[in-house]
Amino acid sequence: MLSFRHRGILPGFGLSLGISLLFVSLVLLLPISGLVIQLSDMSWSQFWWVITDPRVVASYRVTLVSALIASLINGLLGLLLAWVLVRYDFYGRRLLDGLVDLPFALPTAVAGIALSALWASNGWYGPVLDQLGIKVAYTPLGIIVAMAFTSLPFVVRSVQPVLEDLPAEDEEAAASLGASDLHIFATVILPAIWPAWLTGMALSFTRSLGEFGAIIFIAGNMPFVSEITSLMIFIRLQEFDYAAASAIAAVVLLASLLLLLAINLWQNRYLKRLQGRS
Amino acid sequence: MTLKKFALGLTTASALTLASVSSAQGLLNSSYDIARELFASYNQLFSEHWPEQDLEIQQSHGGSSAQAQAILQGLRADVVTFNQVTDINILASRGNLLPEDWQTRLPNNSSPYFSTMAFLVRKDNPKNIQNWDDLVREEVSLVFPNPKTSGNGRYTYLAARGFAQQQFSDEQEQQQFLSTFLSRVEVFDNGGRGATNTFIDRGIGDVLITFESEVRNILDELNSDDYQIVVPQVSFLAEFPVAWLDRNVQRNNSAELAKAYLEHLYSQPAQELLAGFNYRVHHPEVVAANAERFPELQLLTIEDIAGSWDYATNNIFNNGGELDRLLSRR
Repeated sequence: MLSFRHRGILPGFGLSLGISLLFVSLVLLLPISGLVIQLSDMSWSQFWWVITDPRVVASYRVTLVSALIASLINGLLGLLLAWVLVRYDFYGRRLLDGLVDLPFALPTAVAGIALSALWASNGWYGPVLDQLGIKVAYTPLGIIVAMAFTSLPFVVRSVQPVLEDLPAEDEEAAASLGASDLHIFATVILPAIWPAWLTGMALSFTRSLGEFGAIIFIAGNMPFVSEITSLMIFIRLQEFDYAAASAIAAVVLLASLLLLLAINLWQNRYLKRLQGRS
Repeated sequence: MTLKKFALGLTTASALTLASVSSAQGLLNSSYDIARELFASYNQLFSEHWPEQDLEIQQSHGGSSAQAQAILQGLRADVVTFNQVTDINILASRGNLLPEDWQTRLPNNSSPYFSTMAFLVRKDNPKNIQNWDDLVREEVSLVFPNPKTSGNGRYTYLAARGFAQQQFSDEQEQQQFLSTFLSRVEVFDNGGRGATNTFIDRGIGDVLITFESEVRNILDELNSDDYQIVVPQVSFLAEFPVAWLDRNVQRNNSAELAKAYLEHLYSQPAQELLAGFNYRVHHPEVVAANAERFPELQLLTIEDIAGSWDYATNNIFNNGGELDRLLSRR
């Protein structure tokens, strides 16, 4: 018989798994099932009609493109930041390390107001950019700025521990064998941090898909131009149309789930291959 | 169905606890976002008027539609003091919490005070904004909250619609006017305070359109001559409806208190208080005393502009309605 029981030597399996499952059910699964129940009020054709409304589709495009650009920016800057924090010892490193988590700690609405104050034409960055003919606040660029801000820690915190575990001896060995800096990065460092880096960017991306508070204060929220999908959900709620709000939310949820699942599967295979080779 | 109620109940559990804590002589007033200070002062006034000593009035503030949602999902508020008739209508039609004809139960359509839509412009009115047709000029940029998410924004749209109907007999021209009007908007904030913030602190736009009361509050608060108010001759009658929720006051055993709380809003001291918060009121003596601050206007009602709130909700503001059509044409 196939038994579900864990036969390891570590005690407390049943209790700890039970509590974990209960917690996950209460906090995660129940709200999601509430969403599904709301959806059961509508037919498939109604569902399709709601999620393919041209204005909603425009919001998918705005949200996806902005989230993609924001997570790529975070990918580059986050990697650089993690590298600096791990590989160099300098005065204030601890402080910088702590600051990285600030976007998580700050209420997103506060972040949105602060960002719009900075980037508006009468703010600090705004006037300089205006001279170059670039407007950030109240344009789609503002959405990217807000997304990049709120999801920056994901990449840093994913890559940092892997970089810490990577022994400097590997790089020294490669250097002593005559590899160039770029070559070392591409063949020694990158393969090791690649899964963590990609996971960080994927988390940053999915977080950006759902972000609301920080974005609406800087986006301008013009229909077809700078309306994000979360705002469309909010608008449907304001119309007391819970089913439609749940339908759009389900699309975002499904997209995020699929992406995270795909990344996880890919990562497992990649790590197996990496270990199998070594 | 029970599971659905349970899931919804979980989300409002904290609010429910808040409501059930209140003693027998308690009242929960669910109100709109920017009325916090107003009702804090009014509660003081009312508790002096109410004979019993241990009176505890709790306030809850938020976007009017969000407040209505919380009540539909189980928050046991005794009275609502909203800034949109439609948000109380939904409590009657969907929640069965009060009769459909609730507006006839108190004077003036159950609206003890009202306001209208006015313009805030920058110092010396550089773009010479006087009326609604100045707002569609090409060089003018506007800030007002999103009509999809804010009652304030919906009133602004209705006011412009009323003006267009007076100006043009042809429906095509009316729609063209409204389409141009919407295309002059620079930023759509979610609520009135957000729009005020965008106009004042970010310096965006030539004109902020919001409640006359809000415009005057801004001027009182800033105390600067960087801005000035323009009240157009024709505008929309923005009612601030109040009602007690029959089902909830029955359960909370607070019917008498709830009615007295709302009826007292029509008394002279309360109307003076409301006028102090820059709202227009009905009490003749208070109106006379404040005549200078509140010039006589032609205020169009929802019946004049759209026939009824039902029509406005279903055909103008709802998904795929007139507003969505005009916004997608830009």
